[in-house]
Amino acid sequence: MSSEYNAFITDATIEGDGEGVLSGATVAVKDNISTKDVRTTCGSAMLESYEPPYDATVVRRVLDAGATIVGKANMDEFGMGGTTETSAFDPTENPRAPGHVAGGSSGGSAAAVAAGAADLALGSDTGGSIRNPAAFCGVVGLKPTYGLVSRYGLIAYANSLEQIGPIGPTVESTARLLDVIAGPDEHDGTTRTADLEGSYVDTIDGDVSGTTVGVLRNLTEGSDERVQTRFEAAIDDLRAQGASIVEIELESIEHALAAYYVIAMSEASSNLARFDGVRYGVSGGYDGDWNEAFASTRNEGFGEEVKRRILLGTYALSAGYHDKYYKKAQDARAWVKSDFTEAFTQADVLASPTMPVLAPKIGENLDDPLALYQIDANTVPVNLANVPAISVPIGEADGRPVGLQLIAPAFGEGRLFRTASALE
Amino acid sequence: MTQAARTRELIPVIGLEVHVQLETQTKIFCGCSTDTADADPNTHTCPVCLGLPGALPVLNEAAVEMAVKVGKALDAAIPEQTRFHRKNYFYPDLPKDFQITQYDNPICQDGELEITVEDSDRLIEIERAHLEEDPGSLKHAGGSIDQAEYTLVDYNRAGMPLMEIVTRPDFRGPEEVRAFLEKLTEVLEYLGVFDADRDGSLRVDANISMVSADAVAEDDSIAVATLEDTNRTEVKNISSHKGAQKALAYEITRQRNAIRRGRAVEQETRHWDESRGVTVSMRSKATEKDYRYFREADIPPLRVAGWKEQISIPELPDARRERFGTEFDLSDETASKLTATKAVADFYESLVGQFDPDFVATWTADVLLGELNYRDRSVESVDRKAFADLLELVATEAITEKNGAEVVLRSMLDDGAHPETIVEREGLGKTDADAVATAVATAIDNHPEAVADFHAGEDGALNYLVGQVMAETGGSADPQTVNQLLEEKLTS
Repeated sequence: MSSEYNAFITDATIEGDGEGVLSGATVAVKDNISTKDVRTTCGSAMLESYEPPYDATVVRRVLDAGATIVGKANMDEFGMGGTTETSAFDPTENPRAPGHVAGGSSGGSAAAVAAGAADLALGSDTGGSIRNPAAFCGVVGLKPTYGLVSRYGLIAYANSLEQIGPIGPTVESTARLLDVIAGPDEHDGTTRTADLEGSYVDTIDGDVSGTTVGVLRNLTEGSDERVQTRFEAAIDDLRAQGASIVEIELESIEHALAAYYVIAMSEASSNLARFDGVRYGVSGGYDGDWNEAFASTRNEGFGEEVKRRILLGTYALSAGYHDKYYKKAQDARAWVKSDFTEAFTQADVLASPTMPVLAPKIGENLDDPLALYQIDANTVPVNLANVPAISVPIGEADGRPVGLQLIAPAFGEGRLFRTASALE
Repeated sequence: MTQAARTRELIPVIGLEVHVQLETQTKIFCGCSTDTADADPNTHTCPVCLGLPGALPVLNEAAVEMAVKVGKALDAAIPEQTRFHRKNYFYPDLPKDFQITQYDNPICQDGELEITVEDSDRLIEIERAHLEEDPGSLKHAGGSIDQAEYTLVDYNRAGMPLMEIVTRPDFRGPEEVRAFLEKLTEVLEYLGVFDADRDGSLRVDANISMVSADAVAEDDSIAVATLEDTNRTEVKNISSHKGAQKALAYEITRQRNAIRRGRAVEQETRHWDESRGVTVSMRSKATEKDYRYFREADIPPLRVAGWKEQISIPELPDARRERFGTEFDLSDETASKLTATKAVADFYESLVGQFDPDFVATWTADVLLGELNYRDRSVESVDRKAFADLLELVATEAITEKNGAEVVLRSMLDDGAHPETIVEREGLGKTDADAVATAVATAIDNHPEAVADFHAGEDGALNYLVGQVMAETGGSADPQTVNQLLEEKLTS
């Protein structure tokens, strides 16, 4: 079934050893999340034969809750892409819009759920990598608050931005998976306890009367008209169910995309340094000293997009450019954060189209990195601000699914599930 | 000295970066044991210290506590919060190809340490001290890194907690550097955060340049501009107090000769080759790497405000030496010997209440330390109770001082027997007065020729007779008493 859309890089059956809320459920795991003795490639030739000697915390938690892992899902190489086309293991096709991309970077995870190859999936979201494929594939995907879910075992792309999160066919199933994976972990010093009574599943009552939804005007207006039409219809639906709608303009958002890419690439240049041939990738047989051998390994093992981001990130952190790029990006990040804090004094949740475009055809944008970076415009501000956001399906346009993004303050996942359930 | 002569005179200016390993139970960012002394390679590792993809560092707060103790001892400022950065560079022993260290907000800033060199006191300023992880270690098969056929990596050392202590360029000679390192390690051992006996626990990098004597102001300071304009070398691979002194003495001569011959001193990194006693050029500073420091997001900033007040440190060597001098009425020399390590000072102080302080001082500083030194053993290996029992035997004159030191103590250290057992086994119990008197009479009776020699005024005769009595009593008689008794008998 998986080969149908190339949703999985590695088919595997890892039986859960516990009994719990996921007993009987199958889960697809993005291939940058470590699974003990099951190869974990990150979509890269560099890790083509890497088998981690340990399980990521989230993997332990889903297995302890009774789930069966059914495969390692395809992804853009090291998470660097929004279409799953930079994978060294070929693109994933969109089960809901054949011939089109599944989105990315967690394209395999979303496609597996959309195709019914797995009941649920784990993805990771650094700048939209869960919400983007969820929107393109017509499923639900949540990027949790930074620190809600342990990153232990998640192969880092940009560690100050990313979170592992759940993908499911419905809001309820997505909340159930979050219930299993959320919570502090002694192996991740950045995890914190959410102030939540009961479970996330309990928050789902479809009741939005009294909820104020802030529509992010500058993100909505930049979107494809077909997307805008679906989005406005969904907002009308919320209004009809008793939600108050207000319009919000975030000034800092114009700078978010640039800031995001500078920070993400800078961190990536450091996070991916360890892939030097000593323990991963092709090693030996190169002429020259160890430095030249490292360079050869990296040149051979990494794809174009990964190399581009490592080079740009290295540049942004270099002496003489650090203040101009990296430091400035951090200032912009602080601005985005304070803008969100301000926005949440006016609204309980914020809303925008998840993606400003419909899923492109496979191969359509492959040669234009800038065009690909721009489709992240609506999702990256959330990662900069460390807040949670969900993408929920709101119908189709031109035969392709459209998703709506809801954003809440830190640890406001409950509000997201409640509001999203009103749109199902 | 004439101005011209002063101008020609060159003064060394030295600053240090001292890396010490902190004695925590576990590594700085994971739960692996630091007790790797006799371990096989790569047996004290886990996903974190191996830098496996996806593994995350979790800060060992015990390392931070130790660093705060050091900061307190060095009278340094501890910030409100401390945080970590990544230092990015590629090297085969570095598991992640970056090192987690501290950049801004180091755990200690602006400290100082007073040293004494040739009876004059010097205050060395500490610019900063920060925490970082140790990389792994490389084993080059078949020689040096250049010639090795292949190289093996051992990650047991990866993640060991290091503290890097950076001084200002306050040293004016190799002997000051040595005195500083001795003092620093003494203080660290007192704090219980450092073990000098651990292999590789001390690593020193020294920055050194030569400036003309007239650039040194009255208060011993040198203008920053002068230092910036002067080329310096960084000498790496120094691992001992003595090595530091030798490496710097060599480097001073090398730089001085270069300048006198009109050659420029290259700004470069040099490697101290201990076996050859020379420094060798490693790489020029001009090509040195850009480390691209940036925040380590995986370790949240740690609030340490108030830690300095909450964490207590033991009495430090200087204070203890002074107190020993006044409280127990000891000479400076003895007080210094007794406070050189915390273990010895604790040992002395635990016994001093039971005996005369001066008596315990002599037996500890001179007798015991001498025997231990000879055996290359530390005071921690001595059974304190047994040593106290030995002192009791000597103090009550149950055995002679000579037998106590030469027979009982040695035997006690070598075979672990209890003093009483040794005394009995060797028959060392001081013989009673009657027995001594009998032995004296016997000696006089049995050696008439010696008695005649004595009366003839021959020097050795009395000593010979004393020896006979001692032999008769199995060495347990007090030689002075025997001497006195013999003289009385022979002259009466």
